[in-house]
Amino acid sequence: MIKIELISQLAKELELPRKEAALIINTVFDGISQSLAKGEKVEIRGFGSFRIKQTKPRMGRNPKTGEKIDIPAKIIPYFKVGKDLKSIR
Amino acid sequence: MTKQEIINEVARALNLKSKEAKPIVEEIFNILKMSLESGINIEISGFGKFIIRKKSSRLGRNPMTGEEAEITERKVVTFKPSKLFRDAVNNGNQRN
Repeated sequence: MIKIELISQLAKELELPRKEAALIINTVFDGISQSLAKGEKVEIRGFGSFRIKQTKPRMGRNPKTGEKIDIPAKIIPYFKVGKDLKSIR
Repeated sequence: MTKQEIINEVARALNLKSKEAKPIVEEIFNILKMSLESGINIEISGFGKFIIRKKSSRLGRNPMTGEEAEITERKVVTFKPSKLFRDAVNNGNQRN
């Protein structure tokens, strides 16, 4: 499912104009992204939570040339699956 | 509580009461959840992908008793953030 399909489905289920559904979807995902960029976490009950995680600096290799490169420490977004979403059969 | 903040953002964007925006936001995650439960991956451009991965069964151990037990085959959801999302989070937090 891609974003436009999610927009269509939301519009259909809530009987909203597509334009509004698109605005809602964009607001939600931008909101999550901005919260994490501020260092906050977002918890959606029944689905999961979006958090940030610090990675350690490490040595990597350019797979093409075999050259060693430094990979700096980063802060990355991380999704922790909620309990209800864990039991997919 | 940032889920509430997201609901407030949606309310503001659509000129709704926060009470009215709440079920709308919840419906989005409901749709995503149902999609994943029925085996359909999700791809939100600029945000990331939710991917269902099949894990095969393996032998594990009950950490309490040390007894061997089979861990059954299962499906798990993983999230791969897009480059845009990763950069926003890394740059945003480096500045703090």
